[in-house]
Amino acid sequence: MTAAADNTAKPAHPIIHMKGIDKFFGPVRANRGASLEVLSGEIHALVGENGAGKSTLMRILGGLMKPDAGTVEVNGRDVTGWSTNDAIDAGIGMVHQHFMLVPTLTVAENIVLGKEPVKSGMFDYARAVSEVMALSKETGLTVPADRKVSELSVGEAQRVEILKTLFRGAKILVLDEPTAVLSPPEVKELWTVLRRLRDAGGTIILITHRLDEVMDLSDTITVMRAGETIERLRTSATTPAEIARAMVGRDVTLMSPQGEALGMLGHSAPDASAGHAPNDFSAALEVTDLVVTGSRNTRVVDGITFAIQPGEILGIAGVEGNGQTELIEAIAGLRKSVSGNIRIAGYDITDKDVAERRAAGLAHIPEDRHRRGLILDYSIADNLLLGLQNDYSRRGVLDSERIAENAEKQIESFDIRPPSAALPARALSGGNQQKVVIAREMGHGFTVLLASQPTRGVDVGAIEFIHERLRAARAADAAVLLVSAELSEVLALADRVAVMYRGRFAVVMPAAEATEEALGEYMIGTRTDTAA
Amino acid sequence: MTSRFREQLEEALFPPLVALLVALICGDLLIMSYGQSPSMVYRLLLEGTWGNAYGFGQVIYKATTLAFTGLAVSVGIRAGLFNVGAESQLAAGGFLAGLMGLALSPAVPGAVALALCMIAAALGGGVVGAVPGYLRVRFGAHEVIVTIMLNFIVLALLNWFIANHLHVPETLHTPEIHAGAIPRLDRFIPAFHGSAANFTILAALLTAAAAWFWLFRTRRGYELRAVGLQPDAAEYGGVTVGGVWFRTLTVSGAIAGLGGINYVLGYKHYYEDGFAGGSGFLGIAVALVGRNHPVGVILAAFFFATLSQGGLAIHAFVPKQMVEVLQGVVILAVAMSVPEVRRALQQARKPARA
Repeated sequence: MTAAADNTAKPAHPIIHMKGIDKFFGPVRANRGASLEVLSGEIHALVGENGAGKSTLMRILGGLMKPDAGTVEVNGRDVTGWSTNDAIDAGIGMVHQHFMLVPTLTVAENIVLGKEPVKSGMFDYARAVSEVMALSKETGLTVPADRKVSELSVGEAQRVEILKTLFRGAKILVLDEPTAVLSPPEVKELWTVLRRLRDAGGTIILITHRLDEVMDLSDTITVMRAGETIERLRTSATTPAEIARAMVGRDVTLMSPQGEALGMLGHSAPDASAGHAPNDFSAALEVTDLVVTGSRNTRVVDGITFAIQPGEILGIAGVEGNGQTELIEAIAGLRKSVSGNIRIAGYDITDKDVAERRAAGLAHIPEDRHRRGLILDYSIADNLLLGLQNDYSRRGVLDSERIAENAEKQIESFDIRPPSAALPARALSGGNQQKVVIAREMGHGFTVLLASQPTRGVDVGAIEFIHERLRAARAADAAVLLVSAELSEVLALADRVAVMYRGRFAVVMPAAEATEEALGEYMIGTRTDTAA
Repeated sequence: MTSRFREQLEEALFPPLVALLVALICGDLLIMSYGQSPSMVYRLLLEGTWGNAYGFGQVIYKATTLAFTGLAVSVGIRAGLFNVGAESQLAAGGFLAGLMGLALSPAVPGAVALALCMIAAALGGGVVGAVPGYLRVRFGAHEVIVTIMLNFIVLALLNWFIANHLHVPETLHTPEIHAGAIPRLDRFIPAFHGSAANFTILAALLTAAAAWFWLFRTRRGYELRAVGLQPDAAEYGGVTVGGVWFRTLTVSGAIAGLGGINYVLGYKHYYEDGFAGGSGFLGIAVALVGRNHPVGVILAAFFFATLSQGGLAIHAFVPKQMVEVLQGVVILAVAMSVPEVRRALQQARKPARA
């Protein structure tokens, strides 16, 4: 603890020491030589964007997964590849994002589950309640011991979840995004509890991507990006801006496949937007005060208003899970909106169904081609029909001649390989599957295109191709709403960029003025302008 | 293209053949455990069914009902719905066909009477099928539970109707119908004399052809199969998933109900309580073995009808129940061999392609 001057904290005797952790899921490398050092009695924040590998690292610590390489030490003992039971015995308690409680049992029953007090062979409920009350008093985690879990608020359920791990003797508490479901006062209460636990000698690891929380609560910070551990910082000696840079990564453009394209387009973007200046006609897509609610009635899209002109690409950046999916699905008609209004070229489609929206000129590249975009067991020809089945049938009978013609044409113009219309979509590579989706959505006339993660899981050649098509659509006066997890992709293609944070647009700016650093701060909520 | 077609043919034919082989081997063991010769028993089984006109007529008769219930179940499965209610839909269809036959005067022209009776049969099954469809769409009630429960309700209601209102004294069947009877095959092919085979088999074949056309050549069929494979993708493609569920269960019920005419109009010319006798449930096995394809379903219906009729022929040597055991073995073997054989086929092809 003498290294106060240095903002890189050097742990003396780490209670947890993970080194060189590798974890692969097929071709995906969730952890690449990741490391973590946590001291006894500190609150340690593990930060990084979604997909940075935080949860994987914690699952390895909790014994839910075994690492492909690397070592895990707890209390100086090598425990690499241990089981969940070993981890619990060693005092590690995991509080998951999704609660693992039995809703029909009472709070006390849930907490003692697996370690029930027994009197003459029978479950001793009275003692369970008294033990839970005692623990509750000791820790300051107030819970109604006699109530059923199904009757609790989210905050209460989370306290039950924490008590459950403490009841099993947890000394090291791992909380996975604990505030994602909490209201601000509940967050404050949780902070108080966590600080008290730390002061009583507990160690807490907090997984989060919200910098305000990190600055507020933690003693030390580990930043992860793309499966690697980037930095270990002392909270008192760092700034949100420094953490944000480490999270988003100054070099992210060099690592992404479109890095070069970005460099070029960054300069040419002003010309592009000048050539497609918004005109006086009504917008191609107009969204007004759109509200969409998720589970538990949270407003996942919280009153968004924007318009896209013909010949314009509006890019939405943001950490995944901030309402982008819900916004796109609401516009596409796959999700009900609570209030607000959606218009295509002035025509109100708010209450129209999916087919009617398509007919009104909406095309949609969905974010998950395996779930929505393709029917994997259907042939390429049949997949090129999805959503257009009405246009390709006569009096209810499919027009096989025109279907075959269409397949041939699209396979050729979108270079789908292998060029065999009868092949099931399942047999294609990811890039070619995506080309089928894009051929179908862009191969016919449209006014507005929703492009959600259009290049996800697609090889470099196909990415180039897809980007070209999106630019061609803009040149042909279509309006494109682009959502991408790749910041560089948004910057490379969009005329304007919006950052979505907690269901709102934190900022909307011309792509020419946007930099990754500036957007990064909006993405993780350290900066917000007037909500657009 | 041709190699692709060959692959599809292999994938369609190999699994059931492997299953059949497994079932035959199990049958051998069973027969030998009774101290009989498998070859003799199998020969008797074939002679009693495909070996003479009467036996074959009985096979046709039994296959007819199974074809309807098998088609009903397979249409549901294509949409991702498991209709376990073919039994009561079949009974309800037969019941309404019988009622229509009783209500019509003998003066009504035969073709008109038959058409009305068939519409009544489809209506009866369709209504029983529409109920789980509606409950699924409106309340999310799972169709398996609802169709199972409806079997009890509908069969009990029909039993009550017959026992208390419509029966000929001392029996559990209605009086003979006045109109709408379907002629037996022996009217034209005397060799079938005595067997229950009747022209309903033509209706079954036509229904199979219609089901094939509907499933694979119409927009509705395209949407139905899309819902069965990937409901989320179907929804994205502008298909109202709930609407497909409702329509499919209704049509599935109607097809099962139409099967009721085989017994009521074609064989006995009256409705009898309990005539379905498990044909609805066996339809599930027929659909499974027939791989939910109309052509496969017809073949599977004949296969199960052969086993059922053949059981009578070998009764003297091994218990009739052995055939039921064999049926069970076939179903299990198909359920297991389809994914296994498919995987083996794909693995065998891989090196050839690489």
